[in-house]
Amino acid sequence: MKTRVYVTLKNGVLDPQGKAIHHALEGLGFSGVNDVRAGKLIELDLDPKVSDAEVEDMCRKLLANTVIENFKIERVGAAA
Amino acid sequence: MKSAVIVFPGSNCDRDMAEGLRIVTGKAPTMVWHRETELPEGLDLIAIPGGFSYGDYLRSGAMAAQSPVMRAVKDAAERGVFILGVCNGFQVLTETHLLPGALMRNAGLSFICRDVPLTVENSQSAFTARYGAGEAVAIPVAHHDGNYQADAATLDRLEGEGRVAFRYAAEVNGSARGIAGILNEAGNVLGMMPHPERAVEDAHGRTDGRRLFEGLLEAVSQPA
Repeated sequence: MKTRVYVTLKNGVLDPQGKAIHHALEGLGFSGVNDVRAGKLIELDLDPKVSDAEVEDMCRKLLANTVIENFKIERVGAAA
Repeated sequence: MKSAVIVFPGSNCDRDMAEGLRIVTGKAPTMVWHRETELPEGLDLIAIPGGFSYGDYLRSGAMAAQSPVMRAVKDAAERGVFILGVCNGFQVLTETHLLPGALMRNAGLSFICRDVPLTVENSQSAFTARYGAGEAVAIPVAHHDGNYQADAATLDRLEGEGRVAFRYAAEVNGSARGIAGILNEAGNVLGMMPHPERAVEDAHGRTDGRRLFEGLLEAVSQPA
């Protein structure tokens, strides 16, 4: 089963990479970009027996650093 | 003083650390590969060196923190063995939760490699006993992810408990409250971004890092 984990910086944590991307977009002439936050997408192909709680445990123990990051788990369905 | 340097795939300051320890303490450390599950007997100090363990995959220090040897390092820390994490070693210590907070990408996005002025904030720890409180020193940094961040309550606690060992005397990387190095609650674990092992002999151009190792040497040679 395909599962997506989105790891994003917590609100209020300065995101230098997002800022640099924001500047670059403005440099390209794109207007109306109010803010940019960069994060990570981690795709897991999981055995159906892996529970939601286990995925959450994976996030807390390794995939995200909860000091600075939030995570969101999205169960996508059977792997293609 | 009996010391060990932990070596991960991608460590690149392990030999600097070993050489620094040999020069100051007169005894070469044991190099310990990250797959080891046990550390040599009777260690006084475990150094976690700088570098790019596991290519900084996922987050700096995140993979190294899961290495088999880190379990033994954690146990040693609980027994009161001195642990020094420099640069990537500091990142590994935060990822292992031996120290609070996290080290993020430098605020200016650039890799910074130069001598930086520091203020010794706490001269009471074994690591900093040879420095004066408030003393100005200069030690080189070489990092991309040295921007120390923690929530306000944690920062207040670190400052209130005298656990900020070193602060940048000028803005370097965006670190919260200019924090360059912190201690754990018991005072036997220090993580710092600057490289004291690169400032121990005249050929380095600076020797301000030397006293950190001398302080440890003194601490371990005193009868408990």
